[in-house]
Amino acid sequence: MFKHIMVPVDLAHEGRLDRALGVAADLAGHYGARVTYVGVTVPQPSSVAHTPQEFAEKLSRFAAVQGETRGVAAPASHPIVSHDPAVDLDKQLLAAAEELKADLIVMGSHIPRFLDLGSHGGHLASLSHHSVMLVRDEA
Amino acid sequence: MTDDTNMQGIPEPEGDVDIIETDYDIGQDNIEGAVGPFGFDIHNPVFLISGLSVIAFVVYALLAPTQAADFFGWLRPMLTSTFDWFFLSAANIFVIFCLVLIVLPVGKVRLGGADATPDYSYTGWFAMLFAAGMGIGLMFFGVLEPAYYFGTPWGDEPLGTVRPFDESGALIAGNVEEARRMALAATSYHWALHPWAIYAVVALALALFTYNKGLPLSIRSAFYPLLGERVWGWWGHVIDITAVFATLFGLATSLGLGAQQANAGLEYVYGVPMGTNVQVILIIAITAIALVSVLRGLDGGVKVLSEINMGLAVLLLLFVLFAAGAGVILTEFGKGLVAYAQEVIPLSMPFGREDDGYRQGWTAFYWAWWISWSPFVGMFIARVSRGRTVREFITCVLIIPSLVCILWMAVFGGAAINDMVANPDTSAVMANVIETYSPELSLFAMLESLPLAAITSTVGIILVIVFFVTSSDSGSLVIDTITAGGKIDAPVPQRVFWCTFEGLVAIALLIGGGLASLQAMVISTGLPFTIVLLLLCVCIVMGLRSEHAALKSTTPAE
Repeated sequence: MFKHIMVPVDLAHEGRLDRALGVAADLAGHYGARVTYVGVTVPQPSSVAHTPQEFAEKLSRFAAVQGETRGVAAPASHPIVSHDPAVDLDKQLLAAAEELKADLIVMGSHIPRFLDLGSHGGHLASLSHHSVMLVRDEA
Repeated sequence: MTDDTNMQGIPEPEGDVDIIETDYDIGQDNIEGAVGPFGFDIHNPVFLISGLSVIAFVVYALLAPTQAADFFGWLRPMLTSTFDWFFLSAANIFVIFCLVLIVLPVGKVRLGGADATPDYSYTGWFAMLFAAGMGIGLMFFGVLEPAYYFGTPWGDEPLGTVRPFDESGALIAGNVEEARRMALAATSYHWALHPWAIYAVVALALALFTYNKGLPLSIRSAFYPLLGERVWGWWGHVIDITAVFATLFGLATSLGLGAQQANAGLEYVYGVPMGTNVQVILIIAITAIALVSVLRGLDGGVKVLSEINMGLAVLLLLFVLFAAGAGVILTEFGKGLVAYAQEVIPLSMPFGREDDGYRQGWTAFYWAWWISWSPFVGMFIARVSRGRTVREFITCVLIIPSLVCILWMAVFGGAAINDMVANPDTSAVMANVIETYSPELSLFAMLESLPLAAITSTVGIILVIVFFVTSSDSGSLVIDTITAGGKIDAPVPQRVFWCTFEGLVAIALLIGGGLASLQAMVISTGLPFTIVLLLLCVCIVMGLRSEHAALKSTTPAE
């Protein structure tokens, strides 16, 4: 059904990702799909990393940890450097999904950083022709 | 800083940087939450104190307008007249400092690490450099200043140069060339190396400490070498709050006064009546476009608008150039460059001069003005300059904009002066700059002397408005970043808040009075900021030295 799952993650709010990450790992196991964790950072220092390359390393480690703890086979990471993520996030996530040729996007829908004038996840789903699964914080 | 980020000695994908080790985490003083559907992520206490102090000053200006006008109306000229030598000396130091950095080996240091690539193309980068900090001034002063120095009847001649008109207003043909030469040199002096060196110092300091040292993008970060960990406490709060304060009032008062100027232009060209209603509508329109721009973001809004703006400005420049005679004006540009090179040293001499009207009334005023805008413009330039080497950065922020400004002044000023010389009795420039001093009409008066005035004046008004928009949107992004503790990705409603707030302050001051007095207050902040900028030069040297050392230690052969 699905061959490549893209999981957008916000490393600044790792604690709130738990449910989405769990679901993504289960689906990957079920369909035998690859998983790529996508993170968005800025050229400037952020609360996560001082430089884009440091962010890339952290994201790559994060992906590796997912592989170990949740049993995801060959997890990959894909960092995106955005000049203005508060505005361009959805667009750049979609572009990443195209580039990675992902066929399913699994994401938490209440990542506060992403939530401004509406739900990012919902907006993304409305723009995308990919299958999008939004995992709410609480059931 | 976490312990896994020490990258010294290990070649990383983007190359080596000498990151500052600090225990401060970006966003650690921030408060996150939501008001209704609107999320926020703000620095405590910078956001609140900045906002409240702005409101306090607006209330003061509205409740005690006479006192505010008297006090700031006295303070600003007092500072620029008393400390003119200090402003002039400091600006000279900034120029020399930047020129030296171009040739020193530390010029090789790349902002963002040795292998970083530029975030923006040259076109987008230049467009944003101009649109943020200077475009509106070029529109306003491009005709006014050269024409004024050329024909000044009030004794403001730069360096006491000759006057081309006698007491009765008749042309003295023998003096025209010299007066024209000095008018262009004196104007170029205010728009070329010195202002851009001021912006470059602030921008370089911020870019260096952000991209290479890993500190948050905020004014306080540049002071790390001097203040150490104290920059994260009240020292830093005061620095950031002052920067927000100066930026917001600088933008709001310019917006209010700019609306009056745009209204004057509309009246002159279309007969739209002067009035508060029209001006409030203009402020709302400018703020609304700026809001759309910040909602579309840095790349989709601010950059696009800046590029449109630059395109329009180039068109107007080319039109004036060809309409006024390209050959004559380009010769003028050549002469302007030579005159600038010859006169820049006498003009920038801080001591032993007699031309108080020019030196104190214009030069010191400009320097205080540029410097009070430098936190905003510098921070915006820093945000878009990652990936350039220090040498490239300074060449592009100092030398090229200087040449563009000298060209602009030669074209607009040259065309205006030609008109004054050719038709001293009927020239609209003469009437609006010299006979009655109406600075806001000077551009339109010059365009009137050329063909297609109705079209070009309309382009002129649009440009004035769009330049205000591009200052307003980039300013809102800067204020938002500072008040979010250096976070670039704070929720969008926050930038909407600052952009709207700026428009509201402008409207309140426009209706209640106090635009001029609060603008005088902002320009007065130029004095303390001058000291701050001198300290920044020291910080840059300290930062670049450690960076260069890190570069050398990992680059065996050069």
